[in-house]
Amino acid sequence: MVETVLVLGSGGLMIGQAGEFDYSGSQALKALKEEGIKTILVNPNIATVQTTKDLADRLYLHSVDAETVERIIEAERPDGILLGFGGQTALNVGIELYDRGVLHKYGVQVLGTPIEAIKDTEDRKRFVDRLNEIGVRTARSWACTDLDSAIRASRDIGYPVMIRSAYALGGLGSGVAMDEEQLKALARNALANAPQILVEEYLKGWKEVEYEIVRDSGDNCITVCNMENLDPMGIHTGESIVVAPSQTLTDREYHLLRRIAIDIVRHLGIIGECNIQYALDPRSCDYRVIEINARLSRSSALASKATGYPLASVAARIAVGRTLDQIKNAVTGSTVAFFEPALDYVVVKVPRWDLDRFKLVKKNIGSQMMSVGEVMAIGRGFEEALQKALRMIGTGMHGLIFNRLVFPDLEEELSHPTPRRIFAIGEALMRGTDPERIRSLTDIDPWFLARLKDIVDTGAGLMGAGALEPDLILNAKRLGFSDFQIMRATGVPMDQVRAFRIREGIVPCIKQIDTLAAEYPAATNYLYMTYNGSANDVGPRAGAVVILGSGAYRIGSSVEFDWCCVNAAWTARGLGYRTIMINCNPETVSTDYDVCDRLYFEELTYERVMDIYDFESPEGIIVSMGGQVANNLAPRLHASGAHILGTSPMDIDRAEDRNKFSSLLDGLGIDQPDWVEAKSIGEARSFAERVGYPVMIRPSYVLSGASMAVVFDPSTMESYLSRATEVDPASPVVVSKFIEDAKEIEFDGVARDGEILLYSIGEHVENAGVHSGDATVVIPPQRLYVETIRRLKEASRRIAASLKITGPFNIQFIAKENRLKVIECNLRSSRTFPFASKTLGKNMIELATKAMLGEKVERIEGTMLDLDRVGVKAAQFSYQRLKGADPTMGVAMASTGEVGCLGMDMESALLSALRAVGFRIGTRTALVSTGPEMTKSAWLPVIRRLMEKGYTLYATSGTARFMRANGIEAETLRWPLEKGPPNSLEYIREGRIGLVINIPKSNEEEEITNDYLIRRTAVDCSVPLLTNLKLAERLFEALEHRDMDSIPVCEFDEY
Amino acid sequence: MVFNTGMVGYPESMTDPSYKGQILAFTYPLIGNYGVPSKTENFESDRIQVRGIVTGRMMGDHSHHEAHGSLEALMKGEGVTGISGVDTRELTKHLRSRGTMLGRIVIKEDLDSEFRVSDPNAIDLVGEVSIKAPCELGKGNHGPEVLVIDCGCKRGIIKELLDRGCRVHLTPYNVMPTGQGYDGVMISNGPGDPSLLKDTIDNVKMLLDAEVPVAGICLGCQIMALAAGARTYKLKFGHRSQNQPCMETSSRQCVITSQNHGYAVDEGSMPEGWSVWYRNLNDGTIEGIRNERGDAFALQFHPEARPGPTDSLRFFDRFMEAMSDG
Repeated sequence: MVETVLVLGSGGLMIGQAGEFDYSGSQALKALKEEGIKTILVNPNIATVQTTKDLADRLYLHSVDAETVERIIEAERPDGILLGFGGQTALNVGIELYDRGVLHKYGVQVLGTPIEAIKDTEDRKRFVDRLNEIGVRTARSWACTDLDSAIRASRDIGYPVMIRSAYALGGLGSGVAMDEEQLKALARNALANAPQILVEEYLKGWKEVEYEIVRDSGDNCITVCNMENLDPMGIHTGESIVVAPSQTLTDREYHLLRRIAIDIVRHLGIIGECNIQYALDPRSCDYRVIEINARLSRSSALASKATGYPLASVAARIAVGRTLDQIKNAVTGSTVAFFEPALDYVVVKVPRWDLDRFKLVKKNIGSQMMSVGEVMAIGRGFEEALQKALRMIGTGMHGLIFNRLVFPDLEEELSHPTPRRIFAIGEALMRGTDPERIRSLTDIDPWFLARLKDIVDTGAGLMGAGALEPDLILNAKRLGFSDFQIMRATGVPMDQVRAFRIREGIVPCIKQIDTLAAEYPAATNYLYMTYNGSANDVGPRAGAVVILGSGAYRIGSSVEFDWCCVNAAWTARGLGYRTIMINCNPETVSTDYDVCDRLYFEELTYERVMDIYDFESPEGIIVSMGGQVANNLAPRLHASGAHILGTSPMDIDRAEDRNKFSSLLDGLGIDQPDWVEAKSIGEARSFAERVGYPVMIRPSYVLSGASMAVVFDPSTMESYLSRATEVDPASPVVVSKFIEDAKEIEFDGVARDGEILLYSIGEHVENAGVHSGDATVVIPPQRLYVETIRRLKEASRRIAASLKITGPFNIQFIAKENRLKVIECNLRSSRTFPFASKTLGKNMIELATKAMLGEKVERIEGTMLDLDRVGVKAAQFSYQRLKGADPTMGVAMASTGEVGCLGMDMESALLSALRAVGFRIGTRTALVSTGPEMTKSAWLPVIRRLMEKGYTLYATSGTARFMRANGIEAETLRWPLEKGPPNSLEYIREGRIGLVINIPKSNEEEEITNDYLIRRTAVDCSVPLLTNLKLAERLFEALEHRDMDSIPVCEFDEY
Repeated sequence: MVFNTGMVGYPESMTDPSYKGQILAFTYPLIGNYGVPSKTENFESDRIQVRGIVTGRMMGDHSHHEAHGSLEALMKGEGVTGISGVDTRELTKHLRSRGTMLGRIVIKEDLDSEFRVSDPNAIDLVGEVSIKAPCELGKGNHGPEVLVIDCGCKRGIIKELLDRGCRVHLTPYNVMPTGQGYDGVMISNGPGDPSLLKDTIDNVKMLLDAEVPVAGICLGCQIMALAAGARTYKLKFGHRSQNQPCMETSSRQCVITSQNHGYAVDEGSMPEGWSVWYRNLNDGTIEGIRNERGDAFALQFHPEARPGPTDSLRFFDRFMEAMSDG
C-alpha cells in the first residue's frame, strides 16, 4: 500500500521545459491529496504554484538531481516516486536513481510507467527494436556514439539526414544535415551533450501528428486527443503551429494511428500518460513513429486544455492504482474518465519566441526548440482560432494580416522559416502569390493555405468596401478579425467599429468546453467566445471579480505571474467572491478548471476583455496580477468605464508616465538618475555629454529591457541607436545616467490607501546593470547598511502614500555609498512576489487581494529582519537552446526562468540555488580571460582563491601575463581565432576545462570575437561559465566554507 | 433530425444505411475538409443514405490524396440537401433536451408555404436499404459459410467477415432463411424501430432455437433481444458518436465504441438464459447481450468502426470461434 509519494518537479523554467510542468505537478499533488496520499515535492522553482504551501505535504526547494534526491529519499523514506510530472529532468533523474540502485536500496516503488518501459522509449535502439516486435514502423535510424559512425550512418541513409540526441528534452542538439560538412558540425555538438545521437531518415514534407494516450493498470486505453501540426516535419512540434483535432486526416488515418498508439502503449506496458508523435505521408497512408514521451509533456498540457480532460490528474490517480472507470469525469461530474473527448470547436496553438532579445542568435526555426512559451486559441473555425492566437502571443501582431511587417525577401522567409513565417505567408497571399507556390516552398498542406487565403480575401474585401457593412463585418469577425484589423482595413476608428457592431448585434457567443460536444448536459465553467454561433451556453452572473492573467510566457513574464493570479483567485474565492479568470496560456495553473468559478480561455486584449465585461457586468477587474500584459490594459478599460480594483488607473498612470513620475519624485525629494526623453540622436548625445558616459538607453515601449542597452562612448551610442531602434519625435528614446558600481535593490510591497501593510527587500548580488530578472537576489538583504534600509523604507513609504497605492507594488532602487535613487516603480505584482512571499512565509498576494477587495487587513510588522533564514533566487538561462546567442548578462533580460532556495545562511542558500540551475564545476581546471586591465585587477582575488583551492589555471595571453606578474601560475592557451595549439576552444571541446571565466569587453558588441567564441563554446559544451565578478566573489567565498555536495538539504519548514 | 459528435468520418456516416431517412447534424463545425474518397473503397453503402446534413461550415477547398471530389459535389450529384452556417452546438442542445424530432431543411422562399414534415418511421426504412434478392460474396474463400441478414448492412461488417475468410450469403431482411448449411448468422445494422420488423424477429427466433451461432450488430442486437423475448425502447436522443465508453461486464474491460442507434434493449425485460454483455459507462444502457449457451451474442455498438475506433474488432474473431466450436 502506497501512503507516501515523492514527486519530482522540473526546476527552473527553460526552453523546452516550461510552465506546463507546474500545471501537471500541481494537478498531480491535488489528485493525490484527494486520494488520501501524503506527498513530498522536490522542486527548486519557487515561483511555481506547486511549491505553494500545503499543495504538497512536504516541500523541498532543492535541485532536482540524483544526489540531492537520494538524500531526500534517505530522510523521507517514501513508498513510491512519480517521475512523469517533472518533464525530462524528473525522468532522467529517476532513471539514474534506478540504475544506481537507490530506489531499490530504499524500497521506493516507481509508480506509473515502469523504468524499463521508460527506457524503451528513451533509448533509440530499444525503441526501434520494441516497435519492430509488433510491426510498427519507425524512421530509419542509427544510434551513434561517435562522429565516425554518424558519418557512416548518414552515407547509408543518404542526405539529407536528421540528427537527434537521445535523452534530450525539446530536441536539444538536433538538426537537419544537408551534407557531410553540416553533419560533422551538428554531430560534434550533439555528442558533446549526450552519449548517444541518432542519425535518421529525413521525412521532409510529411504531416506531423500527435496522440495523447492514457492506459491504466487494468489495461484500459484511451486516446484523449490528436493534434496536427500546420508546419510539417522538420520543424519541432514545440515550434509549430498546432491544431486540435487533426483537420486533414480521414477516419481511416485517424483511427489507424490511434490503433497503433494503443498497440504501442500496451506492448511497452505504459501506465499513465504517454505522447506519441507520428510522421504521416501526405501522398499515401504510410507513417513513421517519430517519438514517444512516457510522461506528461507540453503536448499533454495542451491536450488537457484543448479538450477539458484533466490528463495530469488522471495520470496521477492511475499511478496509485485507480482505473479509468473508477475516476470521475471532473467536467460532467456524472460520467467517468474512461471516454474520449469530442470537440465541437477548433483549437490552435502558436509558439512565442523571443529571439530578438539575443545577440548573434540564429533566427531560423527548425528541429530544435527555441520558443519560450505558447498560447492556445479556441474558435468554431480554423481562421478564427488562428487569428486569435496570433494576437495572443503578445508580440504586437493583430492577426494574420494588417500588421505592417516588412519582408524584404518573401521567398526566403517562406523557405527558411523564422518566427515570422506565418505572417510572411499572409503577406505573400496579399501580394497574390499562388498558394501552390507557397506549398512548394513550405510543404504546408493546401487545406491550411486555403484557410489563410480565406482570411486574406476577406481582408481585401474589407479594404475594398472602405466603409462598415454588417454582412462584411460579421463575416470578418467569423474569420477572427479584430476591431483593430477592421480599423486598419477600412480606416474607421476602432471605437466606431465597436459601436457599430454592437449596434448591429454583432457580438461574440459564449460557448462551453464540455468534453462531449453537448451530447450530455455539463456543469462546466470552462468558456470561450466565438462569432461562429447563434446562442450563448451560459448567462451572465453579475457581481464577480475578474482577474486578468499574464498571457504567453515570455522572457520577463512567466510562471511567477501565474502564481500571483492563482493566489488572487484563491483568496477572492475564499472570501466568497465569484471569480472569473481570463487567460490564454495552456501551460498555466490559472487556466485549470478548478481555480476559479469561470474561466474564459480568451485573448487579453481590450476588445475581448470589454466583450466579457459587457456580458458579465462584474464587480471589478484586477489588473495587477498578470504582469505588464494585464497592467497595460488598465487605462483603456478604465476609460471605457470598467471598474479597476486596487490602485486607481489615474495613479497607475502617474507611475507609468516618466514625466509625471519624475515630478512626483521631485516633489517628494526622492532622487533618481538624470534622464531625458530624446527625440533625436543629437539630443541623446548632448544629454550624455552633459551627465557623462555611461548612459542607459531604452526605447519608449519597454517590456523587460527589450533592446535596452548601456553605452560607454558616443560611437557605441550612435551605432546602437541606428541599429536597435528608430528615434523620432513620435518614438523617443529615454536616455538616463548609468551609475557604475552601484547596488540594486528590490522593494516589493502591499499597501492599502497608500499605507504599506507588508514589504520585502531583496538585494541583488550583481551590481546594477544586470537586469533584475537575471540577477541573483537575496532576501533578506545581507550586505546593506542599516541606514540604506531605513532610507529605502522611508522613500517607499512616501511613494506609496503619494500614489495612494492599494494592492501590490514594486520599486527598484540603486544605492551607492548610502545614497538611494529610484529607477523604476510598478503598481502591480512583480517577478519577485512569489519568492518574497515564500521566503518571508507571508502570502503577499493574499494580503494584496484582500486590500483591493476592501476586506479588513492588518499591517504586518517587522517580519523582514527577524527572519532566521535566507532565500536566494538565481536565474535559469536557456543558452544551450539558443544557437549562437552570446551568453552574457546585461540590462536586457535573457533568462527564461528562476529558482529560489533557502538556507540557514547566505552561503548555503546561494550554493543550493546555483546547483539548482545546473551550475556544477567539473574538474578543478579553469580557463580565465578577464578583459581589460581594470577588470583584471578586480578579478585578482577570485583567481587567487582558485589557485589556493588547487585549481589548474589556463589563461589567454594577456590574462596569463597579468596573472604571472601577480604571482599566479597559469598556462597560456591561444585565442580561438589564433591558429595552432594549444587552443582554448579545443581545450573546452575536449573536456579539459571545468570552469570558464570570461569577461565581456563591452555588453554591446555584436560580432564574432574571441571572447564570444570562448563563452559560446563553454555553453555548447556544458561547461559552467562565470561572467560577473560579484557573483563569482560570492560563489568562491561560499565555497571556502562549504562544498556544493554537502549543502544541508532540509524541508521547507525546517528553515 | 439527429446529431453526431464524431470529428472525422463524415463520408462513412453519411453512407451508413442506418441513417436512412434522417437529417444528420454534425457537432464538429468543419465538414468536408478531406473531400470524399472513391465510392468503392470507403463508402459504407453505394450511396449517401442520410436525407440531409446540417453543418457549421461546409469546406469547399478539400485536400487529401485519396479524395475523388468535394463533399458538396457528391451531394449535388446524388441530390442530397445540406445546410451550413448553423450553430450545430445549439441545435444539439435543443435535440438533447427535447429529444430526437422530425425536421426539414427549408429554403427561405418556401417558408411561407405550409410547413410539412414527413415521418421516416411511417415508411419501411429497412425495406428501402435491404437488398432485394440474395447474393453471395467471397466465393473464393474457404472459411465458414455465413448468412448475413441484411437490414441495411454496412460494408465494413462484410469486409471484416471476408477478411477472415468467410463466404458471405446476404439475404434480404424479410426472406426466411433456414439456417441450414450455414456455419453462422450475422444480423446486420439498419435504420429505424426494431419492433416493426416482425418477420425478421420471427426468423431470428427460429435461428436461435436451431442453435446456430448467431451474432448481431446494432439493429441486429435489438432484433436478437426481441427474438429472445426482451423489449426495446426509444432513447430520448440516441447515441451517435465515436467516443461512447462501454464496459464488458464480466471482465470490467473498457472499450471506446462507435455508435449510431436510437433504440435500446430494456434491461428489465431480459429473459432467462440471457445476460448483459456490455454496458454504456455514460448512461448505463445495454450495449451488448449474450445467451448462456454462448452461441448467440450481439453488440449495440459498431465493432467494425468506420467511422470510429477499432477497439472491438475482436468481436469478429469471437464470431469465428463460435462458428468453429459449432
